[in-house]
Amino acid sequence: MMQASPETETRDATVARKAWMGLLARAKPARLAVLVPELPAYALLRAPEIGAVMVQGRIGGSGQPFNLGEMTVTRCALRLGNGAVGHAHVQGRDKAHALRAAVIDALMQTDQADAMRAAVLKPLQAEETLRRSQRAAKAAATKVEFFTLVRGEDQ
Amino acid sequence: MYVAVKGGERAIDNAHAWLAEERRGDLGVAELSVAQIRAQLTLAVNRVMAEGSLFDPDLAALAIKQARGDLIEAIFLIRAYRTTLPRLGASCPVDTAKMAVIRRISATFKDLPGGQVLGPTFDYTHRLLDFKLAAEGEAIIAPTAPAAMEAVPHVMAMLDRDGMIEPEAFGNALPPDLTRAPLELPASRALRLQAITRGDEGFILSMAYSTQRGYGRTHAFVGELRIGVVAVEMDIPELGFAVEIGEIELTECETVNQFKGSKTEPPQFTRGYGLVFGQTERKAIAMSLVDRSLRWAELGEDYTGAPAQDEEFVLMHADNVQATGFLEHIKLPHYVDFQSELELVRRLRAEVFASREAAE
Repeated sequence: MMQASPETETRDATVARKAWMGLLARAKPARLAVLVPELPAYALLRAPEIGAVMVQGRIGGSGQPFNLGEMTVTRCALRLGNGAVGHAHVQGRDKAHALRAAVIDALMQTDQADAMRAAVLKPLQAEETLRRSQRAAKAAATKVEFFTLVRGEDQ
Repeated sequence: MYVAVKGGERAIDNAHAWLAEERRGDLGVAELSVAQIRAQLTLAVNRVMAEGSLFDPDLAALAIKQARGDLIEAIFLIRAYRTTLPRLGASCPVDTAKMAVIRRISATFKDLPGGQVLGPTFDYTHRLLDFKLAAEGEAIIAPTAPAAMEAVPHVMAMLDRDGMIEPEAFGNALPPDLTRAPLELPASRALRLQAITRGDEGFILSMAYSTQRGYGRTHAFVGELRIGVVAVEMDIPELGFAVEIGEIELTECETVNQFKGSKTEPPQFTRGYGLVFGQTERKAIAMSLVDRSLRWAELGEDYTGAPAQDEEFVLMHADNVQATGFLEHIKLPHYVDFQSELELVRRLRAEVFASREAAE
C-alpha cells in the first residue's frame, strides 16, 4: 500500500476544513445554537466583529472581476485550552454564530472531531442537502417540455 | 448658501413622533414584523439589497419597515448603515456557472443542456387581481419533479466555443471601487457595471428601454437569464486558503447583440452583461442592455448622441440616493439665497418701471 505524502495529507486536511467552515458559515445561527448549546472554555484571539465583504462578480460571467456589492459578515478567532485555534467568517451579523463556528472549527482539530462531526456537521449537512434538493425539485417541475406539432410539409 | 438657524426642535421632535405613529398605522390592525417583510415581500427586500449595495435580507426588511415601504428611503438607510461597517476584505469573484438555478431561460436556443426552467415567475400570469389573496388562504405547496442537482452550463459558453461571440478575456485585475474612490470618467467597464448594478431600477429600465426604441441601438436577445444561489468564497490570510463565507441569491442576464465586425474583428455577436443581488430580473436585463450600449467606443460603433451611449449621463444620474439627496435638498431652508433673489428681482422690476415712466 502506498503511503500518502505529507503534501497530500495537508491538502486533504485543508479540503476537509474548508468544507466544515463553509457548512458552519451557511448554517442558521439558531440551529447551530440548538446543536451546540454549551461551549468549552476558550480565549479570544479576535473578538466577534461585524463587517462587510465586497462581493465580486466577473464581467460576462467569465471575464475580469468587478465589484457587485457588499454582504455582511461576522468574523471571530479563538484558542481552546488545549491550544487548538479556530477561525470563523460567517454570513450575517450574528456574533454568537461566529463564536460557535470558531469553537467548532477548533474542536474539529482535536480528538473531539468525530463527536463534533456526528453531533453537528452531519445534521447540518443533511438539513442543507434537504433544503437544496427541495428547491431544485420545485425548479425541475417548472422545466419546459417542448413538443413540436406535426406540420403539413413534414408529411 | 445655508445659514444655521436655531429653533424648531420641538416641532421636529413632534413631527418624528407622529411619523412613528403613522408608520404603525391603525392599531386595530396587527403590526407587520420584519420576518414577515423578509419572507413575504422578498422582491422589495431584493431591490433594497441591490440598490443599497449590501446583501443582508434582515437589514433590508428592517429598512423597508422603518421607511414605511418607501424603497428609496430604505435604500438610503442601508447605504448609511454600510458606511459604519469595517471592510473585512473582498471575495473571490463568484462563479455563476456553478449557480444552483431556480430559473434559467434562453430566448436564443430552445433546446439547451439543462433545459428551460421557468422558476417562480410572473410571466404567463394574466395580471388579473387575485381577490383570493385578500382573504386568508391555505398555504400552496408547489409541485416537484426529480432534479439532477448539477450545475447547468452558460449558454454563452456554447456560442463562445464556435467563435460566434466575442470572447470575454479572463483575468484577475483588481477592480475599481466607487465606494472607495470617487467615480471618475471615462470609467472602465468594471466600474460601469458596479455603478449600474446599484443604480436605480427605474432609471436603468428607462435607459435600456430608450435603446430599444432607437436612442442608440442594442438589438439584444436574451442569450440567458438565470436566477439562483451562488457560494461566496474569500481568501483568509490567517489560514492561507479560501473558505466559503456564505451564499447569496443573484440574477444574471447575458445578452447577445449584433456586431458587423471591424478592421480587427470578424463579424460576430457581442455581449451585454447584467448581474444583480436577489431575484431582480427586470433590473438584470436592463443592466445588460445599458452595459452593451455604453460599449460603443470599444467596439468602434458610431456615437449617435443617445443618452444611453453617454457614460457621463448614465453613470452620474443612476444613483437614486445621490439623486434624492440633491433633489430634496431644495426643500430645506434657503432663506438667505432667496432673500438675495428677491432683492434682485425687486431691483430689476424697479428699473423696468422707472424706464417706462421716463419714456411716457
